[in-house]
Amino acid sequence: MSLTVHDISVVKALWAKIGSRADEIGAEALGRMLTVYPQSKTYFSHWADLSPGSAPVKKHGKVIMAAVSDAVAHIDDLPTALSHLSELHANKLRVDPANFKILAHNIIVTVGMLFPADFTPEVHVSLDKFLQNLAWCLAERYR
Amino acid sequence: MVEWSDAEHSAISEVWGKLHIDEIGPQALGRLLIVYPWTQRYFGSFGDLSSAAAILGNPKVSSHGKVVLGALDKAVKNLENIKATYSNLSQLHCDKLNVDPDNFRLLADCLTIVVGIKLGASFSPQVQCTWQKLMAVVAAALSSRYF
Repeated sequence: MSLTVHDISVVKALWAKIGSRADEIGAEALGRMLTVYPQSKTYFSHWADLSPGSAPVKKHGKVIMAAVSDAVAHIDDLPTALSHLSELHANKLRVDPANFKILAHNIIVTVGMLFPADFTPEVHVSLDKFLQNLAWCLAERYR
Repeated sequence: MVEWSDAEHSAISEVWGKLHIDEIGPQALGRLLIVYPWTQRYFGSFGDLSSAAAILGNPKVSSHGKVVLGALDKAVKNLENIKATYSNLSQLHCDKLNVDPDNFRLLADCLTIVVGIKLGASFSPQVQCTWQKLMAVVAAALSSRYF
């Protein structure tokens, strides 16, 4: 389900609107994932506090969303852009790729909540496709 | 049997009280058909689903969205007994409609997103957690007669 020219322009236009709140979106999405899908906590057992709004969640949400924003900037060549992150998730972090879908869902919920007027069904489908492509590239080095 | 705490009961009541079935149902079903176009397969008799605009303006989509949310209303009013409440619906989806149960998860995700858009900040992570439990229980109940 590769990204069309239309998808790319929709995602870039969305990011022009929401990119400045990337830190907030990342923190919110990560906090929601940890709360709503507690199995994801397994990857963060070394944190003191996994609750939404906590310092480690805010910090790491920012890291994640910066990577997503970077992927938007390199949307024409996601496999290359995500290659080293894929190695990291595959070999070091060993994150079950099912979690990429879960985080994607929570990013979408967050974007919908923060930008209700902008998050039309047409924008929704392009963002969903982009995040699925991102997830696919992130899982590329797993086997 | 699924157990619901007092806090979960009241979180669901509060969310449900803020939603209009006639608004949320069509929006959620519309998004399902737009974002996951293979689901259109189950609605061959609905007419024009050729574009997002066509789907959002389609009266059959709108009216079926209301039917689906009407069924969710039954679940909300029978939290202690969703599995029994949905027994016939489950058989219908399995035997007659042949719907792949993965689609229940997709529709649930679309519903969550539409509710999030509607409620904004009041759809806190804790509320989303309770809502997700409802979605999971409903999807499981709908799948229960499949095997």
